Order: sequence, then structure tokens, then C-alpha cells
Amino acid sequence: MSTTAVDHGHQNSHDDHGDHGHPTGWRRWLYATNHKDIGTLYLWFSMTMLMVGGVLALGIRAELFQPGLQLFQPEFFNQLTSMHGVIMIFGAIMPAFVGFANWMIPLQIGASDMAFARMNNFSFWLLPPAAILLISSFFAPGGAMAGGWTMYAPLSSQMGIGMDMSIFAMHLMGASSIMGSINIVTTVLNMRAPGMTLMKMPMFCWTWLITAYLLIAVMPVLAGAITMTLTDRHFGTMFFNAAGGGDPVMYQHIFWFFGHPEVYIMILPAFGIISHIIPAFARKQLFGYASMVYATSSIAILSFIVWAHHMFTTGMPVTGQLFFMYATMLIAVPTGVKIFNWVATMWRGSMTFETPMLFAIGFIFVFTMGGFTGLILAVTPIDIELQDTYYVVAHFHYVLVAGSLFAMFAGFYFWGPKWTGYMYNETRGKIHFWASLITFNITFFPMHFLGLAGMPRRYADYPAQFTDFNVVASIGALGFGLSQVYFLFAVVIPSIRGGEKAAANPWDGAEGLEWTVPSPAPFHTFEVPPIVK
Amino acid sequence: MKLAQRIQSLTLGASLLAAGLPAWAVPDSVGGPAIRQLNFQTPVTPIASQIYSLHTWMLIICLVIFVAVFGVMFYSILKHRKSLGHKSATFHESTSVEIAWTIIPFIIVIGMALPATKTVVAMKDTSNADITIKATGMQWKWGYDYLKGEGEGIAFLSNLSTPREQITDHSKPKNAEYLLEVDNDVVVPVNKKIRIVTTANDVIHAWAVPSFGVKQDAIPGFVRDTWFKAEKIGKYRGQCSELCGKEHAFMPIVVDVVSAEDYTKWVNGKKKEMASKADDPSKVWTVDELKQRGETVYTANCVACHQANGKGVPGAFPALDGSAMVNGPRAAQIDILLNGKNAMPAWKGVLSDTEIAAVITFTRNSWSNKAAENIVQPAEVLAARK
Repeated sequence: MSTTAVDHGHQNSHDDHGDHGHPTGWRRWLYATNHKDIGTLYLWFSMTMLMVGGVLALGIRAELFQPGLQLFQPEFFNQLTSMHGVIMIFGAIMPAFVGFANWMIPLQIGASDMAFARMNNFSFWLLPPAAILLISSFFAPGGAMAGGWTMYAPLSSQMGIGMDMSIFAMHLMGASSIMGSINIVTTVLNMRAPGMTLMKMPMFCWTWLITAYLLIAVMPVLAGAITMTLTDRHFGTMFFNAAGGGDPVMYQHIFWFFGHPEVYIMILPAFGIISHIIPAFARKQLFGYASMVYATSSIAILSFIVWAHHMFTTGMPVTGQLFFMYATMLIAVPTGVKIFNWVATMWRGSMTFETPMLFAIGFIFVFTMGGFTGLILAVTPIDIELQDTYYVVAHFHYVLVAGSLFAMFAGFYFWGPKWTGYMYNETRGKIHFWASLITFNITFFPMHFLGLAGMPRRYADYPAQFTDFNVVASIGALGFGLSQVYFLFAVVIPSIRGGEKAAANPWDGAEGLEWTVPSPAPFHTFEVPPIVK
Repeated sequence: MKLAQRIQSLTLGASLLAAGLPAWAVPDSVGGPAIRQLNFQTPVTPIASQIYSLHTWMLIICLVIFVAVFGVMFYSILKHRKSLGHKSATFHESTSVEIAWTIIPFIIVIGMALPATKTVVAMKDTSNADITIKATGMQWKWGYDYLKGEGEGIAFLSNLSTPREQITDHSKPKNAEYLLEVDNDVVVPVNKKIRIVTTANDVIHAWAVPSFGVKQDAIPGFVRDTWFKAEKIGKYRGQCSELCGKEHAFMPIVVDVVSAEDYTKWVNGKKKEMASKADDPSKVWTVDELKQRGETVYTANCVACHQANGKGVPGAFPALDGSAMVNGPRAAQIDILLNGKNAMPAWKGVLSDTEIAAVITFTRNSWSNKAAENIVQPAEVLAARK
């Protein structure tokens, strides 16, 4: 990105009537059309869902602390695993990234707001009803959906009304994502400040632009798959029922055609965040900006042709297995390029290690481990041995928790001062980082061993030989959960209430338009677009 | 005072926990996982050995890259700090470096994919099998039919044999093969190519034995196949590996690999046993005979959902005790057992006429049920099948 120079003379003179006429109290949030308010709503929503999903995860780990059935019956255990997955993916990770997009994209490209302010409001307010449907389904007759977050047919036909509630919830969240994406694409393509060409755009906007296209492409596919499940359940269709000429494996193809791009939807914006933080704290420009853009695009394109690597054990033809193995391994190349670029950015920089940088380095370190296990899983024969074992659970938590979630923590510490106007407490941030990093690895590293030794996932009970590593994982999980409670109550809330005042640019290496407006960012920013030279 | 009480209860809890520990300690399972096992189970087939070495190969490459990349990163973190007065350089792009670190990983990836290709092709070659066995996944057990080769015609069901109280009662010690043991093992001869054809009756299951390097989904309405050639005599254990509902964790797979002679002995014995057990569907039974037979069928197939007390699970699985269908006309109950409905599987392919008649008679005369039509004969089930 090129350097930016902005004239701010106009900013202050507009402040006095900038705050006029927008609602206060509950109306401010329900009728919100301001991108910052909506971003805040998204972030609080996903924080809430993170806590709910975390409680479910601790339920799982509590039951698995010892072999045998102690706390829950297996049918309830399956509800816990299924709802943990759905809530974390659709309720926590995805909305959080949309929250970041809402807050940061207009600030980064010098736009006054998102392109479609009222649609923005609608796409947020679709989420709470979806969350209510999901959570209340635990109290429905037969309980919540228990078919795994993948909801494979024909098991999905055996569920009670909880399944239908989950399907409707996903319809709502899918619609919300599509609208959010249209908004982001339109904003990024049309509302950039004069002079900001696409190849001068901040990386976070780039990664979100590509993510938004992925979302628009695949969310309708998910909607199709779950609607077919719905009609199979209630209206006598036989899409996935072999007895009526359908095919259960077709569900998996449709689902994973959505599901694989989905995992990149959850990681590309994280790449964007990291690409801002590493240069800021290395006090050195991002290495290989153009190659980062090309690598992100390549990952997005490749993500459409690898879906069947989730299905190696369904028994596809040998040519199919080979194709999907090769294509999957190919993704390692652009992903590797991104890692190398970050390391090259740090090389011969002038680094300091505030919490955002710690989380960013933690991200690179732990995400790469998840990348390696992904590469190992891409090899068909090894995948067949490891499919549906704890190795897979370890792998995707390394990329989703240590990947997406750590990147979002990094983003919070980095941009939080811009949102709240106060600096977070550095000591507490560091405690949060080290506690999270250590307990995360205590939780998920032993799962590699469990998976290699053959412990299947989604098991309410397990052979007693697996006990020790499960004990370790459960203790780690409790620690990880408590670390996030600490984050909420000792870091987030105090940093909203007050603290050291944040300067417009609290980081001496950070660049970009978002740092040219005061902290906290006023209600209206860039009413007159800045000129990017 | 309060503190003293707390310490007391804590010590009590801790000592109870310590006392409980030996009860959980089990030895390594034979043919299954070992305690704190770190790597794959010991391979006993050529395919599993190939998978083992492929994984080792991949792990070594990944570790080398890991050390190289993070060696550079941590060196940089240690040396290129502001606190050491390091000034940042200004370089930020280099096309030749970018090309290099695109091409080198590409070559490494090819080095990983090539040896794997050979194994993929070998795994898919199910031709020229000595023995073909069909494995049918059912909620929640496996059914086996020997389709071709020595032992053709043998068929049996294989249920978890770990006693239920070991699962639910925490004070009971657990077997070494807890959740890895079944009543009827799949018996196969050593050094013979065994083809496993998988299918399922209700939802998708997966037939897996880690030490064979075998995992194949069993898909209702479709057949898939896989194969193995075990090179060592012994029992090998696996578990269902595709979420199939509530008892997913309780339908293991045990394969007993025996010598050729022992296999022939087993085949002969099994065939005799099947002949003596075969029921004549035209035999007329008394209520007590059927009820007694029905109880074993009920315990093996129905308790998981409808429970031993016939009360079911409210909201999920209907109660049979006091049920209108169980106490009403026979035809409706025969129909639902044969053809299934919603979560209730169709039993016509699993249970014999006699077994279905027996279990219906059992439910009509058990708990508080006193059905007017209190007996179903196998002949009636046979007639309803048509």
C-alpha cells in the first residue's frame, strides 16, 4: 500500500452537526444504520455466541473427562457437539468477521459508511432470531439437532423438530451473510477514496472482498442442501433417500461444495488482519503486497475444487481420490507464500511485542501447525486412516481457534483503541495471550495422538486406553474457557469503560486511513472523502 | 473452622479420586489402541504399513519445514527488536524470491503426492478376493454375511459385548477391551485377500479397523467395497467411524484373524450352529415359548431406544408400555416392525419371522401390557411380508 496523506481540516468543523438527529437508547441499536454501531452489534453478538458455544464445548469436555457415561446421555452429547459446531461457525466466527468488516472497511477505504445502510441493519437483525431458534431448540421435544454440524442425510431425517429449527436458523444466517457480502462488495468496489486503486487497498479489504464473493457463491448452495433435507423430512421428497431413488452421498457433495469454501471464508479475513498487524509492529512495509493478493485469490479459486477431500471414505473412484488429493495439496503453495511473506515482513524489522503482535505471531505459529496437519490429511491414504478421528478435530481447531479466533483477538487489541477511544490494559492483554496460547495447546495437541491411535470423533464414550489424553484435553479446555471469560471481563469491558486515552494512532508503525481519524472514531467519518496519493 | 472443613472435604475428595484411579487403569488392548499411544496402531496389512511410512515421511518433511521457517522467524524475533536498537530495513518486495518460494513448495508437494498415489491405487484394487464378506451397518450393530469363498452362507449379527453397567456405572472397573469387544467376531483366515462390501440399513455408518488401514462408509441403499490382507494372526479392533445416532460409540468391529485350519474349523462349526438355530416359520409356538425367545430379541435390538422398562425416551422414542399400538390389533405392529417408520428401522432384513413374532409377543405380554391379541405366530409375519 502506498502512503496516505489526508487533510483533516473539514473533520472537526462537521463534528457539531454530525451527531444530530440519530436516535439514542434502544432505538440507536434497533434502527442502527451507522456502520460503526452495526459493527459493534455484530461483535457483541458473536462474543455472546462464543460464550454459549464455549459452554457447550465444556459440556463435551466434561463428559469426556473420563470413559463411561457420567453427565449426559449420548443423545444429548450429540446435541452438544452439533450445536457447538453450528453456534461457533455461524454464530461466533462469521458474524465477528462481519463486525470487523463493518467497523474497519469504511474507515480503511475512506468511505462515509457502508453502501446499503438499511440492508446492513437488516442483515444484523436476522441473526438474533436465528440464535434464539438455535438455543431454544434444546428445549424442543426430542432436543436440539444431533446430527453433527454437517447434518448428513439420512441421519438428519431421524431428528425431531430441533432439526427444523436449526435449518431455519441457518437459512436466516445464510441470508444475513449474503446481504452482508453484497454490502461489502459494493462498498469496496464503489466507495473507495479517490486515488485508492484496488492495488493500493488495505489487505483486510482485499481479503474481505474475496471472502464476500465466496460467501455469495456458496451460501445459496448450503441453503439448497438444507432445504432439500427439509423437504425430505416433511414433504415426501427423496433427494437423499435411496429407497426413493435418491442418494445420501449427494448431500455430502452439495454440503461440502459449500463447506470447503466456508473454511476459507473463516480464515481469509484473518489473513487480512494479520497482514496489518505484522507490518505495524515490525515497523516495516508488508512484504510482497501483490503476491499476497494473488495468493489470497488463488486460495479462493482452489477452494472450489477440493470439496471431496472431506469424503474420501465414501468410496469414490480412484481418479476422483487422486484429483482431490492433488488439488488439496496445491492449496499448500499459496498458503505457504502468505506465511513466508509474513516472516519476510518481520525479517530485519524493528519489532515490539504488544498484545496484537503477540497474537499475530501466535497465529502464524499455531496456524502453521494446523496447515501442516491439513497437508498430512490431504494425502488420501492417511486421510482414510484419520477420517472422523480426533486428529481431524485437532486439525480444524488449530486453524479455526488458533487461526481465526486468535486473529480476531489480535484485531481487537489492534483496532480496539480506535473503537473505544481507550487503550486496553497491556499486562492483562499479555496474560490473556499466554493463557490462551498455552491452554489451547494443552487442549488440542493431545488430540493428534488420540486421532492417530484411532479414537473416533463425536463419541460420547471411548475405550479406556484413551483416558489420559482426554483428561489432559479436558483440563486444558477448562483453562481455555476461563481465559476467554478473563478476556471478556478483565480486558474488553474495562477497556470500554475507560483507561488511558488512545491517540488517533496509538501504534507508531501503523499505517492507513483508519488511523487518521480521532480515537474513538466519531459517529460520522470521511463525510468528505480523503485524497489518497 | 470453615477452612478446616473445606480442607477436610477436599482431602476426602482427592483421596476418593485417587482410590478411583486404579479402577480406570486398564492394560493396553489386544489389537486395539495402547495406553497413551502416540502414533498409528501397529500395521498388520501391507496397506497399513504403507500408510504408516507415508505418514512418517510426511511428518519428517513437515518438521524440517517447520524448523526452517520458524527458525528464521524466531531468529528475527530475537535479533530484530526495537529494544535492541534494531532499525527496520525498507525492502518490501522481490519477484525472484516470490517465484522461488512458490516453486520450491510446489516441488515438495509433488514429492509428497507421488508416493501416495501408488498407495491410493493399491487401496482401491478390490479384485481377485479370496473371501467376500458383506458388512451391514445398523443402528447400532453390525451384520455380516459371507458372500463368496470359504464360509459362503454364514451370516450373523455382531453386538457390543461390554456389559451396560460398565458404561453407566462409574464404580464398576472397565474391561481391557472396554467398548472394543463384540459377541460375534468376524473370523477370517490369515494371508488371504478379504473383500469387505459395505452397506447400511438405516443411516450412514463406517466400517473401520485402524491396524488394517481400512475405513469405508456403509451407505444405506448403496454398496461400497474395500479390502485387506492381514499378515498376522490375532484379534484386531475398530469402531464405527461415521456419526450414526445416539449409540454411535457402541458398535465396534472385531476381526479375528486365524490360521487356514482354524478358519475351516470355525466355518464348519458355524454352519452346524446356524442349521440347528434355523427356525421353521410354520411351527406353532405357545405364548410362553415366544415370550421367552422374544425377551432375548428385545434385549439385543430394542432396549437402546425403548429401554428395558418399555418406557422409551419421552420426546424421542415412544413407550411400548401402555402403548395403543402394542395393545391394539396385531397387524399394525407387525407392519411397523417389518417396514419401520421415522426413527424406527425396518427389521424385515435383520430379524427372522420367528424373531419378529417373538418380540411382538414379548411386548404384548410384558410390563403392564395385557393385549387382547396376545400372540403373533411366525406364519403371520411371513404372510405380512408378502
